[in-house]
Amino acid sequence: MKVKSKEDIKNNNFPEFNVALWKYRGEDGALIPLLQSAQNTYGYIPESAINYISKIVKIPPADIYGVITFYSQFRLKPMGKYVIKICNGTACHVNNAKSINQSIQEELGITYDETSEDGMFTYQSVACLGCCSLSPVIMINNETYGRLTPQKVKKILKEYKAKK
Amino acid sequence: MKKITVGLSTCGISAGGEKVYNALKEEIKHRSLPVELAETGCIGMCYREVLVEVNNGKRFLYGDITPDKINRIIEEHIIKDHPVTEWLVQGPEPLIDDTFFKKQKRIVLRNCGLIDPNSIDEYIKKDGYKAIQKVLKEYTPETVIDNILKSGLRGRGGGGFLTGIKWKFCRQAVGDKKYVICNADEGDPGAFMDRSVLESDPHSVLEGMIICAYAIGAEDAYIYVRAEYPKAIERLKKAIKQAESKGYLGKNIFDSSVNLKIKIKEGAGAFVCGEETALIASIEGRRGIPRFRPPYPANKGLHGKPTNINNVETFANVPWIILNGADAFSSMGTENSKGSKVFALAGKIVRGGLVEVPMGITINEIVHEIGGGIKEDKKFKAIQMGGPSGGCIPASMGDLKIDYQHINKTGSIMGSGGLVVMDETTCMVDVARFFLNFTRNESCGKCTFCRIGTKRMLEILERITEGKGQEGDIEKLLDLGQKIKDNTLCGLGQTAPNPVLTTIKYFREEYETHIRAKKCPAHSCSALITYNIIPEKCTGCTACSRVCPVQAITGEKKKVHIINQLICIKCGKCYDICKFSAVLKD
Repeated sequence: MKVKSKEDIKNNNFPEFNVALWKYRGEDGALIPLLQSAQNTYGYIPESAINYISKIVKIPPADIYGVITFYSQFRLKPMGKYVIKICNGTACHVNNAKSINQSIQEELGITYDETSEDGMFTYQSVACLGCCSLSPVIMINNETYGRLTPQKVKKILKEYKAKK
Repeated sequence: MKKITVGLSTCGISAGGEKVYNALKEEIKHRSLPVELAETGCIGMCYREVLVEVNNGKRFLYGDITPDKINRIIEEHIIKDHPVTEWLVQGPEPLIDDTFFKKQKRIVLRNCGLIDPNSIDEYIKKDGYKAIQKVLKEYTPETVIDNILKSGLRGRGGGGFLTGIKWKFCRQAVGDKKYVICNADEGDPGAFMDRSVLESDPHSVLEGMIICAYAIGAEDAYIYVRAEYPKAIERLKKAIKQAESKGYLGKNIFDSSVNLKIKIKEGAGAFVCGEETALIASIEGRRGIPRFRPPYPANKGLHGKPTNINNVETFANVPWIILNGADAFSSMGTENSKGSKVFALAGKIVRGGLVEVPMGITINEIVHEIGGGIKEDKKFKAIQMGGPSGGCIPASMGDLKIDYQHINKTGSIMGSGGLVVMDETTCMVDVARFFLNFTRNESCGKCTFCRIGTKRMLEILERITEGKGQEGDIEKLLDLGQKIKDNTLCGLGQTAPNPVLTTIKYFREEYETHIRAKKCPAHSCSALITYNIIPEKCTGCTACSRVCPVQAITGEKKKVHIINQLICIKCGKCYDICKFSAVLKD
């Protein structure tokens, strides 16, 4: 499909997303960067975006769905405003990440891969954030918090709750 | 003029480095001090983050700095020239933390923590981009490869294949187009070497890649980097732009006929993409599933063209080898393993951080001398090397030399450099379960034994840690483990059973205690722990009953409390809160 004009883009409701599309068009291996830019725009990959990308890279939506589900980065559901990633790497594991997990679940009332009802927080478990010497570690959006204790993590979450 | 430098890699930033940097900036501006403020990457002493260096010709390094400590450093050290000695971790005078650096030999980390990673000029001042100029002027591609071969450099990503041979194969391969790929998909839980190098000295990796591209005859290169490393990506992008604007990358590098374009590909989160053929599939935009080798990527790689893939640390070694000579590199290390190795030291250790040691150093030297021993004076139990592909080596083998040959003999692998230290409170069955859970999650699903075998092994391990282990479980694990090793295609599957096999090899009695006595000797598996209150020690302060989430603890004020075992969920909160050590964990 050729995107004809800026009007077209508007009608498709792909605002910033389209800019990225233009940049990647025609390149080999464009699918993953396209999905990444879709996710950057929406916070997840909506079905309409899959269909749209499918026409551009000429890959069937089913195959694109296969790629999305293969990589842990991609999400098919909307995310909360703050995405909390708890590190479950080796160093965090031996330094009691379990108790941090407990505190987060208590504080937010959600478990892995869930989003809080008010849409504020999404909670995920990741393999390693690479800050092992500061373990246990969590990451909220792009901010990393290390050397945590159950008390500290509760305090941090309360601060985020207050931000709204 | 005095210079203040703040360590701002991910470790430093998450410890509050940016706040310290901004506070310094404000203070310097406010007092209009004649001081230069700069940032640097990872200094290596992650256990003392935030690190701030004051340099007035002599180097003073302060540790554990917070914004409220800034004022005193400025008042005393900057204005009055009296260093705040009690906060120093390194300085002109000998200090206790000096032993952290004493046994290290820094090649890959030569510039880490010393230069500003955002500045190409600082890298150039440290002999940066001299190696590539030397290569372009004096060496043919073949002499470059000969030099790398002679140095004995082995791939630092985990496999340990000789880098020179890999380059030679790719050089000899026939193709109209060739590719260089830098594997920065550091996915091992417990490893952060590549992140630190990319964040602290990105140009050294770029220079290594340019030399490689010249040697094999490639004009296109990719860096495949984890999306979880936003800081590394940001600094790499900046470094590539700077190198391009100076003419060190792009067309006619250093006015020669050599061209190279380096592009960054962000990974999308899949551990298996650390495997060469899976990584290539991912760059091509497909699911990252490994394929059968041969043909090796050196002959048929990205888009079917000859491709050379090396890891970040391997590339960072290359410029040093060219400048200092292959002999200088091969004079370090042991017979089969030359040079140095970077380790990410973490876990139950006093001084966790990034260290680079000569090959052949012993485990004890790393743990006790560099790492400063175990936290809280607990007993050293084991180290875990090589992440989910590696294994546990017991403390009793502490005099073992760390090189490819000796580590492989233990059943573990050198791996990419994660070194997690474990103490007496770490349960080895739980560690094995932890890694199996990881590999089961990350298995791409292509090979049956990896897809289903790891799942079955995990189920056995889970039931052992839950106190439902059965006689014969250990034998089942050994049997299945060997079969997974023999019947899978890629490194992920072939090494997935290693954590289980090595822990059974060295800690079999711990498995047996779990299965037969239903006890966890390390008091770590919560299902196998019971909490009881020691009547003689209990003062009846009610702290435990108040903290208990399920009201399992009863008792009146100032009288002995009792835990109802039927209600107790073994969360351990009463144990943590009791000030009188009256809660017994068994």
